[in-house]
Amino acid sequence: MPERLLVEAVNDALHVEMERDPSVLVLGEDVGLLGGVFRATAGLQERFGHERCIDTPLAEAGILGTAIGLCMAGWRPVCEMQYDAFSYPALDQLINHVGRYRWRTRGKMAFPLVIRMPYGGGVRAPELHDDSPETYYVHTPGVKVAIPSNPADAKGLLAAAIRDPDPVVVFEPKLHYRTAKTEVPAGEHVVPLGAARVVREGTDVTLVAYGAMVPLAGKAADALADDVSVEVLDLRTLKPLDEGSLLGSVRKTGRAVLVQEAPRTCGYMAEVAAVLAEKAIYDLQGPVLRVTGYDVPYPYWQIEDAYMPSVERVVDAVRRLLSA
Amino acid sequence: MSQVLPAEGGLRRVIGDGHALPDGEIDLTPEQHLALYRNLVLLRTYDERSVIYHRQGRIGTYAIFWNHEAMQAGSVFALEERDWIFPSYRESAIGLLRGLPVSTVLSWWRGHPAGWWNPKEWGVASICVPIATHVPHAVGFAWGSQLKGEDRVAIAYFGDGATSEGAFHEGATFAGVLKAPVIFFCNNNQWAISTPLSAQTAAPTLADKGIGYGMPGVRVDGGDVLAVLDATREAVTRARAGDGPTLIEAVTYRAAPHATADDPSIYIDEERVQEERDNECVGRYEAYLRRLGLLTDAQAEDVKQEALDLMRTGIAEAEAEPLADPGLVFEHALADPPASFADDLAELRRVIGA
Repeated sequence: MPERLLVEAVNDALHVEMERDPSVLVLGEDVGLLGGVFRATAGLQERFGHERCIDTPLAEAGILGTAIGLCMAGWRPVCEMQYDAFSYPALDQLINHVGRYRWRTRGKMAFPLVIRMPYGGGVRAPELHDDSPETYYVHTPGVKVAIPSNPADAKGLLAAAIRDPDPVVVFEPKLHYRTAKTEVPAGEHVVPLGAARVVREGTDVTLVAYGAMVPLAGKAADALADDVSVEVLDLRTLKPLDEGSLLGSVRKTGRAVLVQEAPRTCGYMAEVAAVLAEKAIYDLQGPVLRVTGYDVPYPYWQIEDAYMPSVERVVDAVRRLLSA
Repeated sequence: MSQVLPAEGGLRRVIGDGHALPDGEIDLTPEQHLALYRNLVLLRTYDERSVIYHRQGRIGTYAIFWNHEAMQAGSVFALEERDWIFPSYRESAIGLLRGLPVSTVLSWWRGHPAGWWNPKEWGVASICVPIATHVPHAVGFAWGSQLKGEDRVAIAYFGDGATSEGAFHEGATFAGVLKAPVIFFCNNNQWAISTPLSAQTAAPTLADKGIGYGMPGVRVDGGDVLAVLDATREAVTRARAGDGPTLIEAVTYRAAPHATADDPSIYIDEERVQEERDNECVGRYEAYLRRLGLLTDAQAEDVKQEALDLMRTGIAEAEAEPLADPGLVFEHALADPPASFADDLAELRRVIGA
């Protein structure tokens, strides 16, 4: 099995899916000639032509809005938002149309579009290149959301998103675009949406995470390994949530620490905590704790580490929970 | 590429006033004239009856399009069946011109699911409520059809206020760059609810905005159905020839409230409204047809009666629609719904006993 960086796995998925299905096209800012600012779309224009890999004007709502029209004309567009926070102008189209148009036609028209974007902090970047906006997307009815944590899932989840009959948003942890090469299946590789994965088995506490927080949770588990048996659950898909895997793990360990990079209030882990309160409260041996970003604008990069959930904060939360 | 500078200043016109202003020429057969008249009357009748239905409590809040019929009927007449229409709420009944049942549109205004149609069946996209956000959809559809080698034109309808929205700007930008076969049809009725055009833009005309996107801007008398048809034909020809988009600014003056919930007496110029009502678009075309001997009293009466009958049947059908099952709340949001939908519906049914 070839080893690839996460960003290479994304690129691989796009090549494989565009080869497989001639109705798939890619559009976005700088995705063609340049191959994307992170090179996620490198080689696509050369391979599939200017008609299937399009450099658009610099207008995110225009990208997503025209993608809706492309769906109506029979295409399966994959839109790149260049950075997390650059996607906010497109929320207008997402909320008003992407999540509603299928419903508006009473299921007669499909909108199998994909929005993919690099997200998250820790990369020493200027303002608004660091956000974790997944909750805005998750909160929009009619839209599915996936966030891979490793190269193989980055390929498989994107392939699943492209093949899905509904609109899917895929957030790619840019912090880990180039941190590690791991094995990625060659050719067609699909990781089904809505299936979480136990990354590491344990019996004392479950760390629930997704995206860039999964490797962090793994490091925290390493740090605790001497005296605490930590299970790490990678949600992989935020919507639909794999409740079975979540509840199964937490029922086994009886404790949950939820790790999310986004600001705390109404962040995705608030939903996970609510599900645990509704469906697993009698299995819990202590409170559900969250380790999250804070309710502040994402900080100046010289002090961004103070904002980001860290191994120390996760370890501290686990210790507090075990001593409760 | 054709000349885009400067946009036209004067309004294109075909229909004269029957006195000093002579009628212009247009290439239409007598049968086509009559078909166009029928379309105008259908829209007018739909609109006038809808206001009454609203007052009778038979439909909900309704966006009136009285005196906008010439813009809608004239432009649609320039299209082929394979071309797609992207309406705003002001064009809610434009699908009638494609054979969409009256009951469907009335059901939409009744908030009944029977009012949500299949765009593919009629070549008419869903009614767009948020302002201008459908403009990029039309562009994407036109561009996507072109990429597939299909000869389809898209037309997006929006008002003067919509030209202030980012979605208009982004859609027009894309269309210009992609040379998409799309027509931007602006019904400039000079009011965005209570905000006059002067507070909307400092551009001398809305057609001028076309220059910024590299597309011709055409100004036409929005009350002159034949001028609208003529301008749209030209835009369709351009689009089909691969010359890209056109912005049509059809100018009128809103002679009715924005919607049934609006009270224009607070802001509108009543004298100007009266002037517009005296010169309304259906009457202008009717007078033109009579001048040319293309319409008799009996024909006009038949056309109006036919439209009234359609409305009578339409409202009866809409009102006969049974209340939809609550289960429909969960249908169609996703092709592949999550398990939670079934749980939610089961709980809902248990609680409401349905």
